[in-house]
Amino acid sequence: MALTNDTNGGHLRVPLPAWLKTTFLTLGSIAVTLLGLLFITFIIGRVMPIDPVLAIVGERASQETYDAVYHQLGLDKPLLVQFLYYLWDVLHLDFGTSLLNARPVSEDIARVFPATMELATLGIIIGVVLGVPLGVLAAVRKGSWIDQVARVLALVGYSMPIFWLGLMGLLVFYGILGWVGGPGRVGIFYIDVVPQVTGMILIDAAIDGNWDVFKDAFSHIILPASLLGYYSLAYISRMTRSFMLEQLSAEYITTARVKGMSEWNVVWKHAFKNIRVQLITVIALSYAGLLEGSVLTEIIFSWPGIGSYITTALLSADMNAVLGGTVVVGLIFILLNIFSDLLYKVFDPRAK
Amino acid sequence: MNAFNKLLSGAAMGLALSVTSMAAYAETPANMLVIAHRIDDVTTVDPAESFEFAGSDISRNVYGRLVNLDPNDLAAGYQPDLAESWDVSEDGKTITFTMREGVKFHSGNPVRAEDAAFSLQRAVILNKTPAFILTQFGFTAENAAETIKADGNKLIITTDKKYATSFVLNCLTATIGGIVDKETVMANEVDGDMGNTWLKTNSAGSGPYVLSSWKPNEAVTLTSNPDYYGGAPSMERVIVRHVLESASQRLLLERGDIDIARNLNPEDIAGAMGAEGVKVVDELKGRLMYLALNQKHPVLSKPEVRQAFKYLIDYEGMRDSFLKGQYTIHQNFLPATYLGASDETPFTYDIEKAKELLAAAGVEGLEIEIGVREAQERMEIGQSFQNAAAQAGIKVNITVGTAKQILARYRARELDVYLGAWGPDYPDPQTNAGTFAYNPDNSDAANATGLLAWRTGWDPEDLTDKVAAAVTEGDKDMRIKMYHEIQSEFRDKSPFVVMFQQIEQSAMRDNVMNFSTGQAVTSAAYWQVTK
Repeated sequence: MALTNDTNGGHLRVPLPAWLKTTFLTLGSIAVTLLGLLFITFIIGRVMPIDPVLAIVGERASQETYDAVYHQLGLDKPLLVQFLYYLWDVLHLDFGTSLLNARPVSEDIARVFPATMELATLGIIIGVVLGVPLGVLAAVRKGSWIDQVARVLALVGYSMPIFWLGLMGLLVFYGILGWVGGPGRVGIFYIDVVPQVTGMILIDAAIDGNWDVFKDAFSHIILPASLLGYYSLAYISRMTRSFMLEQLSAEYITTARVKGMSEWNVVWKHAFKNIRVQLITVIALSYAGLLEGSVLTEIIFSWPGIGSYITTALLSADMNAVLGGTVVVGLIFILLNIFSDLLYKVFDPRAK
Repeated sequence: MNAFNKLLSGAAMGLALSVTSMAAYAETPANMLVIAHRIDDVTTVDPAESFEFAGSDISRNVYGRLVNLDPNDLAAGYQPDLAESWDVSEDGKTITFTMREGVKFHSGNPVRAEDAAFSLQRAVILNKTPAFILTQFGFTAENAAETIKADGNKLIITTDKKYATSFVLNCLTATIGGIVDKETVMANEVDGDMGNTWLKTNSAGSGPYVLSSWKPNEAVTLTSNPDYYGGAPSMERVIVRHVLESASQRLLLERGDIDIARNLNPEDIAGAMGAEGVKVVDELKGRLMYLALNQKHPVLSKPEVRQAFKYLIDYEGMRDSFLKGQYTIHQNFLPATYLGASDETPFTYDIEKAKELLAAAGVEGLEIEIGVREAQERMEIGQSFQNAAAQAGIKVNITVGTAKQILARYRARELDVYLGAWGPDYPDPQTNAGTFAYNPDNSDAANATGLLAWRTGWDPEDLTDKVAAAVTEGDKDMRIKMYHEIQSEFRDKSPFVVMFQQIEQSAMRDNVMNFSTGQAVTSAAYWQVTK
């Protein structure tokens, strides 16, 4: 219920506009979620059986050196105190320095996240552009060969290990056919050729007007992006089919058909229109999943993204990097959730 | 990747490669060397701090040292580099280096004795992880200005006592011996850090290559130094790309997009050997695989039991199966290619002999715990040992854990048996002799966790003195003889079962010549490579 004027006690309370209240609530929920995420990750990082001190000093260091670094890292302080120190730094946008490469974690993330974002965005575009029509067609032609193809594609997408599929893709399209570029973001001739603006090479090359780099980068990204796109497609097409089947069996669709409406209009203007909200959730979740970074894809394709960054950091006990990366991934989930909430309001009048 | 995925991908790759051929391969430019390597261990490129393999590779090519190892003739030992010559005082404590004239840093500044003094003093004062390589000669932050000083074109270093000259000079060939450009480094000093923060990610050397960029977990780019005093390198640009996956490295190599693949697994090495235009080169590295038997254990401390364990290792079986191509049999604490190394391998897999020794010691129903880190090859060695020990009536319980869990217990002298690996820190025999066979105070209070002999609870008795004597022996041949004797005694009585020495197999295009990963004694060098 909205706040109203309240004259009790002689104080006049100014009502908060609804949009402001919503904004406060949203920001509050982001802050609480992030705080919880930070706290849990921080605690997990401290109790897991890897030793950041050992990672720095090496296994042959003397006890004195070990103790000095232990103290230097603040590990001798109580956990809560360590967390509060860390929180204070994060509030100042300081994620600390990576223990392993001596650079600010924020700088690392600014380098690896655009690589993941570029790959994930192209992947989700492929997944949506192919997956949604395929799902709709499979629902409309239920039981037909298209439906069977969609089902097989989805099944393979669910069950095939991405590592294997990635290697096979590389072997066939890069090794044997030579149609695409190999592992890495660009070929050796194009490393550091275009100035970094966004960190996404396709966009940076376009900004720079260097179409040779663009073509080369595209030939390197298309295979891993297609692979990620395929896995998204498998999920999106299955969900689209299921949503559409539910709509197509509804009475209003029968009514529309009885009224003589064209099949195109029945499917796209009535049934599809009503699944948009559900579809947005599915797509947003898929995209968030891709933005988290697909570790195995990044490893096979030597893609320096956030997934392999966090994994390497975790295995090397570089907890500043792990925490920084986790906060970014958490933030992405939260932002995408907010974004899909906003889209609900655009597409579904009931949500307004 | 789990084992199933590995199996699937390996099988499919093998099948596909055997029935198809690669598309026409590209070729890297003639003046460019492209290497696929795992470089995620690079934490810093400051020579005073760098102590990891991939970081040392960068340093070796970027920084000149007073003395250096020739990649084309590593067996020759240290050679003049930025120091043209040196004299040793009569008491053996002072070495005076004469600097090479006319050498310049990448910045254009001249390389002076003052820079050399600054570099070594800086390493001592900063006291980072590898500083012990220098401080073991008695240099401290307090005395560095006196013990390491420049005088005109001479650099004079004075050690706290007499050491073998070869020992001191071998240590100066290590990464920490890199000479930095004082002017450039101090211009980038922040809060009295002697340029450490800046040098972590930048370079200020005089070597054959300049560090153009280092993108962690992505690539390192080196550009040739046309003014290098030894002549400009043939390879004008060297790109080391971080490629984690072995199969990806192999594909890149076979397609000709890289020249060298440094981390192929045994299956991919076998595959690459049959590929057209690809060769595989083996080099012995310094890493040893060993068992350490805790001497605080009442049974394991019996001399016969220590010997028995050396016959419970299926050396050849492991070398020819899961360690194939990756390790060779080695039973001494000095890796082959080191000064004083011994190739004696008196122990074979002999269950009966082990049983006899155990019976002589009166051992029955022994049950022990072995700590193994969660690396595949170590777990397999542990299992092989477990099987062999069972045949000799010993029950072995394997505890697998992370480095933190297992090492902490080893360092606390709590494990019955530790299965581990050890790599030398610098190219002098003292690096391993001083940890495997030297332990002046075996008491718990000494807490000498840096010494393997202490971690194992072993008092090497006369070996401690012999190791100390070998390190001061001025005559190189005599020194070699002393290490042979120390190792002979070590083999007979130590609680260490040294089993294997690592081999590094690099697959490369067959037009790549003279590439060296540095064997056991140093790091990879690129300046002598031609195509």
